[in-house]
Amino acid sequence: MCQPIKKYLTASLPNAHPLHTYGSVRKRVKCSFIYTYIHIGSESTIKIKMQFMLLFSRQGKLRLQKWYVPLSDKERKKISRDLVQTILARKPKMCSFLEWRDLKIVYKRYASLYFCCAVEDQDNELITLEIIHRYVELLDKYFGSVCELDIIFNFEKAYFILDEFLLGGEAQETSKKNVLKAIEQADLLQEEAEAPRSVLEEIGLT
Amino acid sequence: MSPSVRLQEMIRVIRGARTQGEERGVIQRECAAIRAQFRQADNGTRSHNLAKLLYVHMLGYPAHFGQMECVRLIASPRYNEKRVGYLGAMMLLDEKQDASLLITNSIKNDLSHNSQYVQSLALCTLACMGSAEMCRDLAPEIDRLLRASNSYIKKKAALCAVHIVRKVPDLGELFTPAARSLLCEKNHGVLHGAVVLITELCERNPDTLEQFLWKNAPVVPELVQIMKGLVMSGYSPEHNVAGISDPFLQVRILRLLRILGRNNDTASDAMNDLLAQVATNTDSSKTAGSAVLYETVLTVMDIKSESGLRVLAVNILGRFLLNNDRNIRYISMTSLQKIVQTDHNAVQRHRGTIVDCLKDQDASVKRRALELSLALVSAVNIRSLMKELLLFLSSCPPELRAHTTSGIFNAAERYAPSQRWHIDTILHVLTTAGGDVRDETVPNLIQLITTATELHCYTVHKLYRALITDISVQSLVQVACWCIGEYGDLLLRGECEETEPVQVTEDDVLDALETVLQSHMSSPATRGFALTATMKLSTRITHNVDRIRSIVSIYGSCIDVELQQRAVEYNALFKKYDHMRYRGSVCGAPSVIEAKLPECKSPVPSSGLSHTVPGPATSTSGGDLLDLLGGLDVSPAPPSVKVYEKNGVTLKLQTDSQTDTGMTITLTATNSTDGDITSLTLQAAVPKVCFGLPGCLCILYSTLVSDEMGCPDWCFSTQVQPCFQNSWDSL
Repeated sequence: MCQPIKKYLTASLPNAHPLHTYGSVRKRVKCSFIYTYIHIGSESTIKIKMQFMLLFSRQGKLRLQKWYVPLSDKERKKISRDLVQTILARKPKMCSFLEWRDLKIVYKRYASLYFCCAVEDQDNELITLEIIHRYVELLDKYFGSVCELDIIFNFEKAYFILDEFLLGGEAQETSKKNVLKAIEQADLLQEEAEAPRSVLEEIGLT
Repeated sequence: MSPSVRLQEMIRVIRGARTQGEERGVIQRECAAIRAQFRQADNGTRSHNLAKLLYVHMLGYPAHFGQMECVRLIASPRYNEKRVGYLGAMMLLDEKQDASLLITNSIKNDLSHNSQYVQSLALCTLACMGSAEMCRDLAPEIDRLLRASNSYIKKKAALCAVHIVRKVPDLGELFTPAARSLLCEKNHGVLHGAVVLITELCERNPDTLEQFLWKNAPVVPELVQIMKGLVMSGYSPEHNVAGISDPFLQVRILRLLRILGRNNDTASDAMNDLLAQVATNTDSSKTAGSAVLYETVLTVMDIKSESGLRVLAVNILGRFLLNNDRNIRYISMTSLQKIVQTDHNAVQRHRGTIVDCLKDQDASVKRRALELSLALVSAVNIRSLMKELLLFLSSCPPELRAHTTSGIFNAAERYAPSQRWHIDTILHVLTTAGGDVRDETVPNLIQLITTATELHCYTVHKLYRALITDISVQSLVQVACWCIGEYGDLLLRGECEETEPVQVTEDDVLDALETVLQSHMSSPATRGFALTATMKLSTRITHNVDRIRSIVSIYGSCIDVELQQRAVEYNALFKKYDHMRYRGSVCGAPSVIEAKLPECKSPVPSSGLSHTVPGPATSTSGGDLLDLLGGLDVSPAPPSVKVYEKNGVTLKLQTDSQTDTGMTITLTATNSTDGDITSLTLQAAVPKVCFGLPGCLCILYSTLVSDEMGCPDWCFSTQVQPCFQNSWDSL
């Protein structure tokens, strides 16, 4: 009974690659597409929880990309392109979860932006949806009614906020207030660091 | 002008570009300017230039020249430059780049910086792109931070340790003591980090798992306490999400409990109450609550929980199935799929809802529902479930069709309540989705029909009807042609008990077959079936033999070599061996000698063979037969059968051995006359059921020398290879 199911699944994933390399510590560095499993010598297959997060517009332009697995630029571009196309092809009422090349993709659309996370197989997709929602709330609080333009023109700030909320693909702080407070402090520090320089510039002493 | 406006200005200009070429031009100019700036001495604009470069990189343009700048900026004493520098490192560098090693030292220094925000930058970068070497270098630092710092840094250090353990699992032992002590913290962020770290340590190393269970002050009771606190606490504004207090932490704790309780009875016992409490008290109207419930269900299913708890978990999943939110339906079916083998009965209760999900709009939900439905098929519900599956097949998306048909066939094979039902189901599938079935379906179906002897009449009537309706589905047409060829006499008789008989004349039947032969939709294999069927009918009909003869002779000059060969040989049958046509079993009733088709499960019952014994008798001449098949018997100890005894010549046949691919038959010929008998022609016809072709014809010429002269009888064995051979190979 398993036979036809497996056959079907691999047939429907056009770029399914065999993934197993048993033996000593090895990393799949050369694969051109998804790099999902890192075999660490023992029998178990350890999976990274969140592999990457992408934000893109309805026209398919990337607004933010955070990668938690080492992949070359070329590979990243290919993955982004394919995934973006797959998600944009989905209809509005469809499920927020899809299986794509051995990964689970959790995505949600907020206004004109798609927020998309790729998680490994064992994860709880619903909590990933909550993570996405929390990030949107943080952006909203920080920018005040955030819209896509805010993220375009202040992309580095969007990254800073993400880095205060997620670390290595895991949530680091579960309290909204604390995250925003930390960002505020960091921003203050940044302003202080910049300020003396611009004063000096104004005077003309560089 | 504030420096960051320069960045925003550039972004505005780039967005204002109307064509791709214009954009590229703007970007090239900017990149040139940035490169020039990088080469100059420090002039305070480095961070902004790098930020600009990062934007350009995000648009998809190359930015390698920024890598060294990142390294320089990270080493800068100013916070704003460090911040952008680290961001650049995370975006442009990864562990495969050589430049990434250069930042190891900076990270090390920054980990001991007196500003916690600088430390946090270093921790974040290490956790995002730290290579194995960097991790090994910096692990002691991280351990130090885990023990003696404020909660802001502790939580980040914990997650950094997680990354290190993933990269270099041996370092797990280093972090184990610190991880344990972190569980006493009150800060949710630190707790969360600690739980994630302990989860990672336990997953990787079963020894560490043991440690956490028994030594080091057992962890399970403490986790249970924390969890209870979260569930029973009142409203806490800081951590509240839709009425659930810190769902992120709850989910992580549940996951850790799952790992701890997995193969451990004592630990599982300790958790039972808590899990029941969470399951009953969590409000699942919003996603956060559902996420916690979902994790609880997964944990209950994985540990050694008591049966009451398992039933509770399955009921929760059942409730999820009825939820309006499609996401929740989807994940509930995913989980039910995992447990359908172990808790089959519990899942069966929700069969109705699952089958309803087959009609959902979403393709992912449909796929899950299909797999689950196929897993739920059992002897009890086969009839009703098959109805639903067939309904689904008629409207299912094309990518699921092949899977559905093979699932239906498997289910039908295992649980068919009757042969008639089985045949009906397969025919239904062929009519609906004949293009998506596997290749073995045709021989399997033919096999099935042959063994269902009492249904031949019913089957041939049904197939005839299907044939005249539509000849585009090749598999169906092939089976129909074969059936008409075999049981055409039953069709022509015009009476049937189980179904409304079709009143056809011989011409109608021949018309139908000829249509198949001539249609451009028919594949060469289908044409072969049709031609053979036409030929076979020549023994079953009385009036139109000439018509058949003319059809067959036309195809003697067909372009398709296979068809041509057949037609020529059938023609030969008409001309030279007309007497054989009736007597021999070339066109007679089939014998299913070879039983080993690739997918065949059961050997051919000898009842099928006994059907053939009267077969030759029904053809026009009974009497003197050189009927190889009438003498053969597939039963274990076949006796020697005397097939011919006349004029002093006696022929005996004995089946010696039968293997999967071959059968040895020994023919003993005795001449008890006075003279020699010359030009003894022996023709043995072994029809092959699997492809509906007439079988191997072996023509053996021999001289049977008179017994009187004391010569030995002629004994020879022939190997009959039933399967996979061209119909006319001589042996």
